[in-house]
Amino acid sequence: MKRSTRRRINHAALYALLGAVVLVVVFAVDWASVRNNFWADGQHDNWRDLITTGVVNTARYTAIAFAGGLTLAFALALMKLSPIRIYRWIATAYVEFFRGLPALIVILVMAFGVPIAFQWTPPGGPVGAGVVGLIMVAGAYMAETLRAGIQSVPKGQAEAARSLGMSGPRTMVSIVIPQAVRIVIPPLTNEFVLLIKDTALLFVVGMLVGQRELTTIARDFMASGSTAGTATSLTQAALLYLIITLPLTRLVAWLEKKQQRAR
Amino acid sequence: MTATVTTSGSRAIEVRDLHKTFGKNEVLKGIDFHVDSGQVVCVIGPSGSGKSTLLRCVNRLEEPTSGRILVEGIDITDPETDLDAVRSRIGMVFQQFNLFPHMSVLKNLTIAQKRVKKRSTAEAVEIARRNLAKVGLAEREDAYPAHLSGGQQQRVAIARALSMDPDMMLFDEPTSALDPELVGDVLAVMKDLASEGMTMMVVTHEMGFAREVGDKLVFMDGGVIVEEGDPREVLASPQHERTQAFLSKVL
Repeated sequence: MKRSTRRRINHAALYALLGAVVLVVVFAVDWASVRNNFWADGQHDNWRDLITTGVVNTARYTAIAFAGGLTLAFALALMKLSPIRIYRWIATAYVEFFRGLPALIVILVMAFGVPIAFQWTPPGGPVGAGVVGLIMVAGAYMAETLRAGIQSVPKGQAEAARSLGMSGPRTMVSIVIPQAVRIVIPPLTNEFVLLIKDTALLFVVGMLVGQRELTTIARDFMASGSTAGTATSLTQAALLYLIITLPLTRLVAWLEKKQQRAR
Repeated sequence: MTATVTTSGSRAIEVRDLHKTFGKNEVLKGIDFHVDSGQVVCVIGPSGSGKSTLLRCVNRLEEPTSGRILVEGIDITDPETDLDAVRSRIGMVFQQFNLFPHMSVLKNLTIAQKRVKKRSTAEAVEIARRNLAKVGLAEREDAYPAHLSGGQQQRVAIARALSMDPDMMLFDEPTSALDPELVGDVLAVMKDLASEGMTMMVVTHEMGFAREVGDKLVFMDGGVIVEEGDPREVLASPQHERTQAFLSKVL
């Protein structure tokens, strides 16, 4: 048999397999039941709370956690690059510790463990404490990204700046960091997307009505409201998450491509 | 405390018994070397001979292991010395140009003037433009380094160093990363500088430049200075057999 003929037969077989699977799914699945459970009538009543409270709070928690995490990460990255060994050790220990833990554990400890142990009322209640937990975890991940970004700036750049008489800190601020920022924007955007999704973990701490983020509201609508007893509100929350995250992941892909071309 | 040491007033660079070790590898094994004011000293030698390390020790981009380095009489190995102040008077040109890629040509030339010399923007720009004109790139001030050829980038790097009004210039293989047809422009700029009386220490493979412009030629091999003297004499009749072997390969 000719090579090209064999290839054509192989392709036809793959298409046939796919068609068969699709047919089985279409006929075997009870579409009425799917619709009733995942897209029940009355889902319109849920949108308002999901968007005006859920999306808003998800965005708020993400923004706070990202800003806080980035600040922490920046301090950790500089510590990791410090000429003083003890600073490097502390930063390394911190990063390894928090990268090795599930974010959920950190959030629970911050929201319930720490307030009891130290008689401390976190600002914003358990949610505030949970966001602090997210900051601590995000800081550990982003610290590594920033350190790698700073170190990827060629050594000759700092040498040129120093040879012109610029001080170490001035060289960092004017020459190294501006170049590192360009390098780390795509991976940091990725961290941002991860953080958006991680705010869903905050549901474990329990929230006041006005504090609820997307996942919490979706869970509440499973218990009460016009789609109670179905997963409809989860489908809606999932759609809203995708509407936020998909453009961002596309943006990352575009930035990375642009950066590769610039090189 | 100032670390001034009395020395003959015309010594721009004086290196005494300089040793430099990277791990277990001794790269400089006791170098005594000097450059007088207004002199052009070319340093040649095979790769790994320590010539770039010697040059980089002069503004302490490399930390000497032992020995002393005096720049205009100031001991730069003294921890009390204000290294940034000394460095701002020593221009340095790198093999890889090391222009700041996130800044326009003009910004490359003005940033250190403003940040280190505290010059006003207007003054810094004026000085930058004068030096760009000098290296023949007056019309490229808005370009970014990535849009310039290697030869143009290196000339911008020279103009950047000159904008700090240095007393001397260090060149670390300034033409080694260039396509052959671009070498001439950079050498021409360096010759102009030499004829204006700039003190220059040049690590190079350009024997023609050394012969034509150099006041002194230093041949290094294996971390020591093997031979030094008038470039024309050393190049024409090298005394040491290692110099002879090296020159027979490169000439």
